[in-house]
Amino acid sequence: MATENARYNMMELMVVVASRQLEDGKTAVIGTGMPLAAAMLAQKTISPSLVTMFEAGAAAPELVKLPMSVADSYTQTGAILHSSMAEIMEMCQKGLVDYTFLGGAQIDMYGNINSTMVGTDLQHPKVRLPGSGGANDLASFCWKTLVITPHDKRRFSRTLDFMTTPGYLTGPGARERAGLPPGTGPYKVISTLALIGYDSELKRMRVESLHPGVTKEEVIANTGFELLFDDPLPVTPEPTDFELKVLREEVDPQGLVTGKG
Amino acid sequence: MPEDVANIVSQGELFSPPDVNGAREFFRQKSRAMTDKRMTVQEAVSRFIHDGDYVASGGFGMVRIATAILHEIVRQGRKNLGFSGHTSTHDFEIMCAGQCFNRCDAAYILGLELFGLSRQARRWMESGNVRVTEWSNATLGWRYKAAAMGIPFLPARSLLGTDEFKYSAAKVIECPFTGEKLAAIPALWPDVGFIHVHRADIYGNSQIDGISVADWDMVRACKHVIVSTERIISTDEIRQDAAKTLVPYWMVDAVCHVPYGCYPGNMPYEYFLDADHLNEWMAAEKDEATLKAFLDKYIYGTKTFEEYLELKGGAKRMAELRALEPLRRRGE
Repeated sequence: MATENARYNMMELMVVVASRQLEDGKTAVIGTGMPLAAAMLAQKTISPSLVTMFEAGAAAPELVKLPMSVADSYTQTGAILHSSMAEIMEMCQKGLVDYTFLGGAQIDMYGNINSTMVGTDLQHPKVRLPGSGGANDLASFCWKTLVITPHDKRRFSRTLDFMTTPGYLTGPGARERAGLPPGTGPYKVISTLALIGYDSELKRMRVESLHPGVTKEEVIANTGFELLFDDPLPVTPEPTDFELKVLREEVDPQGLVTGKG
Repeated sequence: MPEDVANIVSQGELFSPPDVNGAREFFRQKSRAMTDKRMTVQEAVSRFIHDGDYVASGGFGMVRIATAILHEIVRQGRKNLGFSGHTSTHDFEIMCAGQCFNRCDAAYILGLELFGLSRQARRWMESGNVRVTEWSNATLGWRYKAAAMGIPFLPARSLLGTDEFKYSAAKVIECPFTGEKLAAIPALWPDVGFIHVHRADIYGNSQIDGISVADWDMVRACKHVIVSTERIISTDEIRQDAAKTLVPYWMVDAVCHVPYGCYPGNMPYEYFLDADHLNEWMAAEKDEATLKAFLDKYIYGTKTFEEYLELKGGAKRMAELRALEPLRRRGE
């Protein structure tokens, strides 16, 4: 496992790494939990004019506290726009939204995600999960899709029980062939072991950096498919004191998201 | 992959086919009378929601939901409903607890976001008693929008290439202008929809504050609409701020005055969600016996929603939840 030292825990490391992927002046549709903590941290560090939107209808709120729901009052407090789910999704579909941030039970090497079920029969699943929610739409429409997830062999799976949300589908050109908007697709995966991007030709996961204390062998052993690796392969820069201070004091003082590490 | 992503054929069941002229004929016959539509929740559910109907729930799961209506559906023992699982979290949890539906258009179900997954909702969905067709939040919402527009479908650029498409009832079409592949999303006209609002007059003119989620299109798609409201106001007050009107009276069938009618959900500008009680629900779902005792206490053992509110601490608890609400109207 990655080093959990006195300075930070794993959840804090992931939120910090995720926050660094969000460029200033861009727009993002964000879900509750770690993605939201990452967006709030980005706004208070490198991306003060990052616009956050919520699929339930609020846009550009003054995020004073981590919301419990993508619809609750904290997503609406000080917002510039109170609208509808259709309005947010239509902004995504017309190309106005740069980032989305997702989770999921299983992800494959092309960044396709399962959040629907475990089993083989949708009408009688072994384990039923929430389903797409907005994930299928957001990953179809937004320019860049990011995923935050624990890294183990069960989640990083060669095959999916159900492909809920499109990554690069079956590989190069597949999204375009299926009819998804061109130029969109998976961008980064922030896992408990590494920061992972996608090979520009093969559209497969390519590890960009290993978190402090993690070895390449460990990543391979915890992944159910063949990964590509950057060479040389750097170590993910540790959270700075400033990032940790903002995260702990302003973003998640109650440890709702980062306390579970 | 057995089939190419470009040639996936959908096989999901269409529980409510897009009968566009049938819907027009229904709305042609629907009363436009501006009459006093106030009634109790018991009467509204008994008159407008019948076994086998297809129903839609407003708000977003645990935000601005019509909890009193949902409890009453369970209390009256409605069965074999169709349910639109659009952003449904605590509302879905309640409907599953009553085992009220046997077919579900599922976009987001059985999760309560940061509160975790509802175990009993999962059991109901894994039981084999429910037929499921998959959608995403945007496409299920656009099914309401197509119905609200009075057209049989809307084209969309999601679902394509995935199992989500394969197990939906959408179809791939080619754009007649650009040749692009598009997902045709069929219109959905639910038999009954229910929403909770901030204020309404006695005729059903209803206004909300804050985000509308999918309710604008949903109420326009539904054949019958039940409104529960925090406050009853005069029609004059509606007219003074008509841009806030979500639904006009000629779409509404019943108006139920239910203060705190969204509890334990979050009613923006009024009261925040009751995290303790939502967690109590989740804990009670650990096994059937505990759940039964819980439901007996709060739903089957109460006659009205007001009795439930009293069991949960009444005016004192509601005042605490008001104090937790961060949204304030200007000047407050």
